[in-house]
Amino acid sequence: MSGLDAQMVVRRNGFVLDVALEIEPGRTVALLGPNGSGKSTVVAALAGLLPVDEGSIVLDGAVLDDPTGRVFVPPEDRRIGVVFQDYLLFPHLSVIENVAFGLRSRGVGRSEATDTAAGWLERLGIAELVERRPGDLSGGQAQRVALARALITDPKMLLLDEPLAALDATTRVELRRILADHLAAFAGPRLFITHDPTEAFLLADEIHIIEHGRVTQVGSADDIRLRPRTPYIADLGGSNLFSGDAARGVVDVGGHALHIADTHISGSVLATIHAHAISLHQHRPEGSPRNTWETTVTRVEHFGDRVRVQTGAPLPITAEVTPGAVADLELREGSAVWVSIKATEIGVEAG
Amino acid sequence: MSRRNRPPVALLILALLGLALFAVPLVALLIRTPWGQLPALLRSDIVADALRLSAVASVSATLIAAVVGVPLAWLLARVEFPGRALVRGLVLLPLVLPPVVGGAVLLFALGRRGVVGQALEQATGLVLPFSTWGVIVAVTFVSMPFLVVTVEGALRNLDARFEGAAATLGASRWTVLRRVTFPMIWPSVAAGLVLTWARALGEFGATITFAGNIQGRTQTLPLAVFVALESNRDAAVALSLIMVAVSLTVLVVLRERWWKAL
Repeated sequence: MSGLDAQMVVRRNGFVLDVALEIEPGRTVALLGPNGSGKSTVVAALAGLLPVDEGSIVLDGAVLDDPTGRVFVPPEDRRIGVVFQDYLLFPHLSVIENVAFGLRSRGVGRSEATDTAAGWLERLGIAELVERRPGDLSGGQAQRVALARALITDPKMLLLDEPLAALDATTRVELRRILADHLAAFAGPRLFITHDPTEAFLLADEIHIIEHGRVTQVGSADDIRLRPRTPYIADLGGSNLFSGDAARGVVDVGGHALHIADTHISGSVLATIHAHAISLHQHRPEGSPRNTWETTVTRVEHFGDRVRVQTGAPLPITAEVTPGAVADLELREGSAVWVSIKATEIGVEAG
Repeated sequence: MSRRNRPPVALLILALLGLALFAVPLVALLIRTPWGQLPALLRSDIVADALRLSAVASVSATLIAAVVGVPLAWLLARVEFPGRALVRGLVLLPLVLPPVVGGAVLLFALGRRGVVGQALEQATGLVLPFSTWGVIVAVTFVSMPFLVVTVEGALRNLDARFEGAAATLGASRWTVLRRVTFPMIWPSVAAGLVLTWARALGEFGATITFAGNIQGRTQTLPLAVFVALESNRDAAVALSLIMVAVSLTVLVVLRERWWKAL
């Protein structure tokens, strides 16, 4: 098949990574997991910085690593563009020399490599940084330089290791958009590593959850959010995510008004509401919650000591409650229920 | 200066006493220098020969150290092999060994009746003891560890992920060394080279033991100073002045930036 087909088993100091990944060209997969779950080992194995102990890595029909077949293609011949965590820009080279590095290493002449690099800086909107040193760049600028450096070699696959983790919240939103554009423009398979569910939900076509060196769930953002298979996934997938327009303390989500605590933010925003921050009631609740509406239960799902309750119009949302609450409220598919959310429980960021 | 920031007097006195140990001899040297005769002294045979020989030996030692010492540092820093700790100890031995002992072991190994020296003479006719080549071997033996230690430390401190990043961009192992590893450790290499050269310039014990003290062939600056102290005080002073000036210049030029690399 074209695209990536990898079965990777790596054993190191008692840690075992056993992960299979299939990514078709033009698809973005997010590998989402906590620290120490083996995400960086996956990057190293795919990039060729760490040979697999068992399994195989095949990209575009070419075998890159296969211990039984005694095949190991070194990193310099793999044509996988990598954006590393912390970017790893070469501190002794200027921005343009960093971007041109891949072409120069492949034997392209200096002036041609520099011209092409200048074109990429232009495309990423950082043409003015040409002669700067990496030490003088902001996180967002460094990320774009790293992206240009990886893309310039025309790689067969794009691999991004926590590309947004080093950025502050404001820059992250902007860079996430830029990243989304460039991911969409890249024709090959794309894999990005993250520990942030919001990034995964927004950027990936398919999410693979990795825990303790193994993939525990594969699916769409909705699969992960609504049908989590482990407590870790339930926690990170517990957020309801809406995009809308904010003005004067209200976010308009497809005609439904969500009251939020921040009265200053305006324009296009992302609102997140954790499932366990949502209360369900049999009757119209008394008290202060700013967001209250009546709806019907569309689905009730038990896992362990928690229950996920999905509700329908006007704003489909998933709440997490205890089995006791489900019994008390007599919740089942089709039953009427009141939803209430405090304005302070809604996270809002520009998006 | 506020009272709070004033240093304790006792501490200051001790510090100045320590400083005096270094400053007084230098001042004495400057006072003792026969400035009027200096140009003539520097042109005298004994001084000129020693200067030339020291320049040749110290520069040769530095070049040899660069060519074989940097790869040796790389081997110690990057390749795991059994007995690496022992090999590292062996390389660092000249740093702690009395130079006279260094000269003696060189003699046992490379002397005319030495294990290797005999074979070397039979094969090539080259006799190291009491020759300029012998001086170069002796000063290299004593000074090269400075370069190896400095460069090995720099390689260990270098984040190897940069080299991995370069490889994913298509750089061969040689290109990675040339364009990433070496430029990134260059400040340490430069500092190591300067230290090596300065140590080579000042080498005395191993040189006199292994190569002897022959004017024009094996008599370097420190050896000439030692001899001149007995026969020609003024020449000894002039030679000492040269060595102090060179050493001080090296230290000032190295300054903070390079010392930090150590």
